[in-house]
Amino acid sequence: MTVHVDLLTARELASSRAATVSLLAPVVRFSLRVGADERDALSSALGVPLPTRIGQCSRQGETEILSLGPDEWLVLASESEAAGIIEACAAIYADAPHSLTDISDREVTLLIEGPKAGELMTLGCPRDLDRLPDGEARRTVFDGVSVVLWRDGAERFHIDVWRSFAPHVMSLLTTGCGELALE
Amino acid sequence: MLLIHCPYCDETLPEAEFAYAGEAHILRPDNPADVSEEEWRDFLFIRTNAKGPHYERWRHIHGCGRFFNAVRNTVTDRFLTTYKAGEPRPELDTLTEDGQ
Repeated sequence: MTVHVDLLTARELASSRAATVSLLAPVVRFSLRVGADERDALSSALGVPLPTRIGQCSRQGETEILSLGPDEWLVLASESEAAGIIEACAAIYADAPHSLTDISDREVTLLIEGPKAGELMTLGCPRDLDRLPDGEARRTVFDGVSVVLWRDGAERFHIDVWRSFAPHVMSLLTTGCGELALE
Repeated sequence: MLLIHCPYCDETLPEAEFAYAGEAHILRPDNPADVSEEEWRDFLFIRTNAKGPHYERWRHIHGCGRFFNAVRNTVTDRFLTTYKAGEPRPELDTLTEDGQ
């Protein structure tokens, strides 16, 4: 059975006294791949330093850069900044070869917050999330689905999920949200 | 669930984030046309099938995405060490069952 879910409209998906799950509005995402020698050139072109440790985020205005791997970064920006980022990177391409790919439409963002938000995440995520510091993020797995998970605070997380997996993750979180409230 | 240390992320993480990728340190011949049929068969199919410490590749697929190498005891399932791809294989007598 094909289920058509609206993934473009930001809205609350589920709410209980345990946690609230919401779908956030679309943002611009870029996947940036660049070698160690060209990293500094990209940092100055973007105006935001590329973090070196995997999982670290750096923020400047509405632009956020997250290190996902030794040569892989995720760049988040507002729609108004996107053209500027593409232009700035294209300008230095000859001297600092890299790959900047627009992946905005690949993922959707879900926000999970509430007193049992951490417990709700453990339904699908095998990591020890208590060891993830506030303000950092990791690519990890959620019930078999690759997700990027940010810890915004003690009781607040958000995850980027590939859009084709989103209905599954959304329904799991919605179910969990109700079940945790019954305890 | 096994806990595996990713040498790129420098964290010890649950097995569910990783994928097994076969035996490590198997070199593809530079020019396959020059090797005999037996050597090519050995490259493709013949593996050590070790009972005990085994050099093997893993990929941190739901994480940094990198392939790395590990030494795992196939009897106890314990990881003796993990190291980045391209690094020389560690000598077995330097490793202990405590690993990591």
